[in-house]
Amino acid sequence: MNVTSPQNTLLSIENLTVGYGERIIQQDINFTVKKGSIFALMGGSGCGKSTLLKSMIGLLPPQNGDFLVKGENYWKANKNHRVEIARNFGVLFQSAALWSSMTVGENIALPLQLFTNLSASMIQRLVEMKLGLVGMSHAINLYPSELSGGMKKRCGLARALALDPEILFFDEPSAGLDPITSKRLDDLILNLRDGLGTTIIIVSHELPSLFTIADDGIFLDAETKRPIAHGSPRALRDNPPCALVNDFMHRQTVQNPK
Amino acid sequence: MKVNKKSSLPPQPPEWTLKFENNKPILILNGDWLAKNNNIPQLPVDIFKNCSTDISVHINTDRLGSWDSGFVVFLWDVKNLATINGISIDKDNLPVAAQQLVGLLNDKKPEPTLPPKYQFRPLYDLGEWTINSLNSLGVTFQLFIFALKGVFKFLMGRSYMRLNDLLRDIRAAGPSALIIISVVNFLMGSILAFVGAVQLRKFSADAYVANLVGIATVRELAAVMTAIVISGRTGGAYAARIATMQGNEEIDALKVFGIPVTEYLILPSMLSLVITMPIMYLYACLMSIFGGLIVSILMLKVSVIGFLYQTFGAVPFNQFIFGGTKTVAFAMFIGVSSCYIGMKSGRSAADVGVAATKAVVAGIVGVIALDAVFAVLADIIGI
Repeated sequence: MNVTSPQNTLLSIENLTVGYGERIIQQDINFTVKKGSIFALMGGSGCGKSTLLKSMIGLLPPQNGDFLVKGENYWKANKNHRVEIARNFGVLFQSAALWSSMTVGENIALPLQLFTNLSASMIQRLVEMKLGLVGMSHAINLYPSELSGGMKKRCGLARALALDPEILFFDEPSAGLDPITSKRLDDLILNLRDGLGTTIIIVSHELPSLFTIADDGIFLDAETKRPIAHGSPRALRDNPPCALVNDFMHRQTVQNPK
Repeated sequence: MKVNKKSSLPPQPPEWTLKFENNKPILILNGDWLAKNNNIPQLPVDIFKNCSTDISVHINTDRLGSWDSGFVVFLWDVKNLATINGISIDKDNLPVAAQQLVGLLNDKKPEPTLPPKYQFRPLYDLGEWTINSLNSLGVTFQLFIFALKGVFKFLMGRSYMRLNDLLRDIRAAGPSALIIISVVNFLMGSILAFVGAVQLRKFSADAYVANLVGIATVRELAAVMTAIVISGRTGGAYAARIATMQGNEEIDALKVFGIPVTEYLILPSMLSLVITMPIMYLYACLMSIFGGLIVSILMLKVSVIGFLYQTFGAVPFNQFIFGGTKTVAFAMFIGVSSCYIGMKSGRSAADVGVAATKAVVAGIVGVIALDAVFAVLADIIGI
């Protein structure tokens, strides 16, 4: 795990336990995310990556532990303050989660209409630009039901970018995308990070994508319900700390998970 | 995209100037370009009219302050107009981040796909509506036939329908609806008795309140009110459930496996209603007569025995058979129409709501229309 100076730390997870009801999904999670970094949440299917992400974006209160955003304890803040903190978040959901009763343009315009006092023409220009960034300008008047899975995902990303968030959360961004679109998305993620210093938390199984873009990460294990490795996906691939991580990073059949 | 360059000075408004130095065009961008300030300028369409296509436009950002998405929006306008006029832009002086983002944007804004324009074609629309309606009627009837075949297969023990699904639907359509059926029919009987007592008293015929409540309830109201309640409660739920399954590709999965959708989905829904609604009808009759009894005791001081004797004397058994037969027809109609609407729905969340609404409306209108047909039939056969 990279050592970061407190000033450079944007997000911090301390002894976090997440789960549903009394069922623990992951526990003893500790890590920090540097400002401007791309942090990967890795692990096999069902290990709790998405559950941890849900807890980080405010959808699932943790059972224990703290989640700090710029030093502020997110889950211990009052509800209004939590909403204020979350205004810095942009989330791309696994299914894109576009609102089906609105056109793509309206999907992106809605947060701008609700949370800014921009004029209608400025909102329109911003919507066009955000869609342009993801290569979906032509879809501004289309409904989500008229789009393919990949197109929905790109429009979902444009919506996540609507309020210029400081932190972007991606849940399986490349899942279901063709290699070219996937590569374009990787480039866009790198551009957002390099150009604008956006911090990105990414849940993904796409190893080539993770090796290309992520510079730090954590590996969760479903068996022990704990993180078993910290570090960038490239470092974990080159120097795996255990057989499970080695098998995961090299796409091998797990011989002995323990 | 947050503010990229921070300055301790108060925010300066964004300004642009196009200058020519030795015939070389220079676009000077000064100030803070922040979308949140709502002051990003619009570029005139003819900005590059005096520029030569041989020489690229140089961008000067020496006095550029903070910037965010608003700056990128403006730069995209510059890029677009430059492309339209065949002029190249020298972007080297732009901040690297802005260069990267502008690089992702198309040279020319693509034309958005416009929604189809509505054309006023009354004859065409009428024809289309007629064909669609006939088609819907045909498909609904076809589903009904398939469901009947399913019943036969179920009786032969060769159906795809799972008993658990049938029991779940029976529970949802029957016991879970008892409270609302009780309330609606009790109040209906009470109102009938109250109105009847007030009006019949004028003719000293208040002894016939029990007859009025009994006949109206058993012959018409218990069946219709129960069907309307079930249509709104259960029919809407069936349509929404099947529409959601449509959105989740669950129905596609059934089809791929070769499992007949009519047997697997429609049959338990329809059978559950056919089984529970006649029972609910009898229960509704009971509640309605009970409501009439309470009001009659309070207003007319009649005895319980007297009211019941009068009621059942006025309502022959064939009226119950008639009412029960109607509820079976209503049940089949609600089951098949709500499932059909669910299956024909789109695949989005909004479509689920539309399907539920359509199912309720179709159910209520259909039940009343069917009731009218039964009234005519009853008249013909002399019930």
